[in-house]
Amino acid sequence: MTSEFVSVVDIVGSIREGKTTASAVLEQHLDRIDMRETEIHAFNHVMAESARANAASIDADLKAGKERGPLAGVPIALKDNMCTRGVPTTCSSKILEGWKPPYDATVATRLQQAGAVIVGKTNLDEFAMGSSTENSAFGPTRNPLDTSRVPGGSSGGSAAAVAAGFAAASLGSDTGGSIRQPAALCGVVGVKPTYGMVSRQGLVAFASSLDQIGPFTHTVADAALLMEVIGGHDPLDSTSLDQPVPSLTAVLGQGVKGMRIGRLADMPDGCEPEVLARLDAAFAALKAAGATIVDIALPSLSYCLTAYYLVAPAEASSNLARYDGVRYGLRVESADLISMYGATRAAGFGAEVKRRIMLGTYALSAGYYDAYYGKALKVRRLIANDFAAAYQSCDVILTPTSPTVAFPIGEKTSDPLTMYLCDIFTIPTNLAGHAAMSVPFGTGAHSMPVGVQILAPALGEPTMFRVAAELERAS
Amino acid sequence: MSNASSAPSHATVLPNGWEMVIGLEVHVELDTKTKLFSASPNHFGDEPNTNIDPVTLGLPGALPVINRRAVELAIRLGLALNCTVQASTFHRKNYFYQDLAKAYQITQYDQPINIDGFMMLPGDVRIGIERAHLEEDTGKSTHFGGTSGRIHGSDYSLVDFNRAGVPLVEIVSRPDIRNADQARQYVSELRSILLAVGASDAKMEEGSMRCDVNVSVRKAGDPFGTRCEIKNVNSIRAVGKAIDYEARRQVDVLESGGTIRQETRHWDDAEGRTHTLRVKEDADDYRYFLEPDLVLLDPGAEWVESIRASLPMLPAARRARLSQLTGADKESEAVYVIVERGQDDYVQLVADAGGEPARALVYVQQAFSEAGANPVVPAKDLAALTLLERDAKVTATQAKTILSEIVANGGGDAVAIAAAKGFEALDTSAVEAMVDAAIAAQPDAWAKYCGGEEKAMGALVGAIMKSSQGKADGKVVTALLQKKRG
Repeated sequence: MTSEFVSVVDIVGSIREGKTTASAVLEQHLDRIDMRETEIHAFNHVMAESARANAASIDADLKAGKERGPLAGVPIALKDNMCTRGVPTTCSSKILEGWKPPYDATVATRLQQAGAVIVGKTNLDEFAMGSSTENSAFGPTRNPLDTSRVPGGSSGGSAAAVAAGFAAASLGSDTGGSIRQPAALCGVVGVKPTYGMVSRQGLVAFASSLDQIGPFTHTVADAALLMEVIGGHDPLDSTSLDQPVPSLTAVLGQGVKGMRIGRLADMPDGCEPEVLARLDAAFAALKAAGATIVDIALPSLSYCLTAYYLVAPAEASSNLARYDGVRYGLRVESADLISMYGATRAAGFGAEVKRRIMLGTYALSAGYYDAYYGKALKVRRLIANDFAAAYQSCDVILTPTSPTVAFPIGEKTSDPLTMYLCDIFTIPTNLAGHAAMSVPFGTGAHSMPVGVQILAPALGEPTMFRVAAELERAS
Repeated sequence: MSNASSAPSHATVLPNGWEMVIGLEVHVELDTKTKLFSASPNHFGDEPNTNIDPVTLGLPGALPVINRRAVELAIRLGLALNCTVQASTFHRKNYFYQDLAKAYQITQYDQPINIDGFMMLPGDVRIGIERAHLEEDTGKSTHFGGTSGRIHGSDYSLVDFNRAGVPLVEIVSRPDIRNADQARQYVSELRSILLAVGASDAKMEEGSMRCDVNVSVRKAGDPFGTRCEIKNVNSIRAVGKAIDYEARRQVDVLESGGTIRQETRHWDDAEGRTHTLRVKEDADDYRYFLEPDLVLLDPGAEWVESIRASLPMLPAARRARLSQLTGADKESEAVYVIVERGQDDYVQLVADAGGEPARALVYVQQAFSEAGANPVVPAKDLAALTLLERDAKVTATQAKTILSEIVANGGGDAVAIAAAKGFEALDTSAVEAMVDAAIAAQPDAWAKYCGGEEKAMGALVGAIMKSSQGKADGKVVTALLQKKRG
C-alpha cells in the first residue's frame, strides 16, 4: 500500500480533533496536484475554487459545533462519467465536451452530504471503454508510480489521483474491471460492489446491466467507510437494491479464522509469474490467519470474455445512441438530419467507442441476435451457476486482479484483443452481478504493484472486507 | 363525438366475394399527472419544452422509474377489456429520430402487462384483444420550409419534448374485424371504456387517442392476404373511410392481376385516399433487447384484484341495465347515446320518481344533449310530464312544448304549464264529433280519400286540428278517419 499519504480515516480524525482543518488538508492535496498533474494528467477538470469554498464552509461549521458527516473535510475525486451539477462531465469524449449536467449523481450528493470535498473530475477511457486510460479524447493518464506506464483503466484517472495523493479517495465505475484493474496497477484498494448496492443515477451509462460505482482508497477501512456513505437504496435507480448497505467498518477486525478461501484449480494462461507468486503468498497469509484453502472450478470462465464483449457493446450501442447532436454536446452541422448524425458521431467518438458501437449493433441485429447477444446471455447464466456451485464449498475466491502489472504506455493500443485480456479475472463478477475488490499485495515485475482480487457472492461484502483487511495486515 | 355504434349500417360490401380483414392498433395517452418514467408533468397544450426533465430529455445518467399510477390505469383498462394481467418486462426499441431523445423507446415487447382480452360489438360480434401494453410517447416534430410539412425538403425542424415520455397504452386487436362499421364501433366502444375507467380523456382531435389500421382482403374462407398499415387516421369517421378506400384499392389491385406489397400507408383525409409512406422491405431493425434500467413489473394478484373491485360499471352493462329499465333495444341509438352521455342514472332517477321510463328515455335523448351526466331539471318534474303524456292528458306535440319550457327554466310543474297553455288532450268522443263535422263539411275531400287518394286526408285532418285548437291528438284523428273509411 502507498503509506506515504494519510488515509481518509486519519484525515477525518485529525480534522475532528482540531489538529488540522479541511482547508489545510485540501491545500496539501492541491499542492500535490500543482506539482505533478501536468505529468500525470489524472484530471479532466480540477475544481479548486469550489473545493476551497466547501472546505471553508466545513471548517466554519465544525468550529460552530455543527455535525458535517462522516467524511467531513475529505478531498475526493470523481470519475468524469458521474454527473456534477454545473460542472463539466465529459466521459473523456469530444461528443460531451463542454456539457454541464443540470443535476448531481446520487453518489455525488451522498458524498457532499457526508462532508466530502470534491476536488475534481478524473480522466477515463472514453465512455469507460478501455483498460489503460489511453482511449481518452483528452490524452492518457500516466501511472504515478512509473510515468512510462499506464495506470490501468478505464478509471485510470481516479486510481492515479489516489496513488499520487491528489485526493484522499476517489470514485470509479466498474463495468468489466474498470475499478479493480487500475487499483491493482496503481497499488491502491478498489471495490466493485454487488450490482444494485450503489445507485447508478447520474452515472453516464456504458453497459447498464454491468455498471457499478465503487471507491478507490489507500486502505481497506477507508473503502469500507466510503461504501457505507455511497451505498444503499436510491428510489431514482430502479435496479438499486431495496435494502441498506451492510455495516463494513465494524467487521474489519473479525479475521478470517475458519473461513474457506476458493482457489482456481485451473489458472488461465497469460499470468506473469511474479503475479502468481504474490497470489500464492496471499493464500499462505490467509492460511496462516486460520483460513482453509479450497480448490474450486469455474468451467465457464473461458467464455466470459467473449460474452462480455457482446453484452457490454450491445448495451453501449443503445446507451450511446442518444449522442446525436440534437439536444446537447457536440453538433457538426450538415445538410440534413441523417448526415448531421453521421458527421457528429464521426467527429465526436474515438476509435474504441466506434468499434464497440459497431460490435454491439451487430450483436443485436435481426438474424444475429440469437447467435450472439442471446448466447452471451446464456453464458451469464452459466457463470452465475458456476459461482453458485463454487460458493457451496467456499466463502470467497482469490484470483489475481490483473494477469500483469502496469504495462508501458502504447504497448497494447494497436491490438484491442490483447487489451481485452486484461479483464479476464474481473469480468465474471460483472456478468454475475457479484461483489469483488482488489487489494494491493506487494510488487511484481519492474517493482510495480500487484493486486489480489477477492470475489464474493452478491451481498457478500462483509466477508469480502474481512478477507481484504487480513490481506492488508499481512502485506 | 357522434355515436357510430348504432348508426344504420352503410358497411361497404366488396364485390365478387372479397372480404375485409381488419385489425386495429390504438394508442391512448393515460391520464396521469406525471410521465411514465419521471416526475415531469403530463399535460397537453403547454408552451413547448416546459414539461421536461433529465429523464424526458434522455440526458446522460438519467434513469427511468416506473409511474405507479400509469401501471394502475393500464391494469384498469386491461381488466375492462377482459385481459389477463401478468408480470411484465420492458424492452428498448432502438431507432434514430430527432424527437426520440434516448434514440430508443421504452416499450413492452414479448411480455406485456395485459394479454388475451376481448370486446363485444353489437350483434354479439366478439373482437379479440391480443395485448394492451405500456410504452412511452415520443416528442413532436414540426418541420418548417418546403412544401410537404414533412422533414424531407424542409428548411429546419423544431422539436417539442413535452409529449416525450407521456404514458401510452397500445391496444392491439386481433384481425377479427370484418367491415368499416365494426371498426368504428370498436373504436367508439373503446373510447367509452377508456372514459368509464378514467384511463384517458381519449380525445382523437388532441392526439390522446390515435388509430393505426391494418387492412387486408381475401376471398371468404381463404388465408389472410398481405396487409397494409394505415397511419394518420384521426377520427372515427376517418377510420371507416380509410378502411373502405383501402379495401377497394386492394381489391382493384388484385383483380387487375397485381399483388399487394406489405407497406405503411398514409391516410389523406382531404383527398379521401391512402398513399405509400414506406415499404416494409426497408423497415428498421429495432434491435429490441431487455431494458436493463428497469426490473420485472409484477403487480401481484392482490393489487390486481383490488383494482378489479374498484372498476365502475362498464358501458355494455350500463346499456343492458338501461335497456331493461326502458324496454328499448340495448343496441338502439337512444340507449347508446344516453349511456355515452352518462345520463342513464338520470333516466333511472326519473323512473324512481314514478315516471314512465320509455318516455323518459325519449325526452332525455331529445332535450338533454347539452345537459351532461347530471341534468339540473329535477327528476320528478320530468316524471310528471311522462305521466301526462302516457295518460293522454296532453298530446305528444304538447308534451314536447312543455319539455322545452321545463328545460329552458331548469325545471317546472308540467301540470301547471299545461294548464297555463290551455293544453288538454280531447277525449275520443269529442274528437269523433269533430271528425264527423269535417267529413260533412268537405264531402269532396272525403270522397277522394275513400277513393284511395291518401293525400286528401290532409285537408280533413287540418280542419279537425283547427276546430280542436290543436288539442286533438293527430294520431287519434288519423286512426278515426281510417276506421270510418273502412
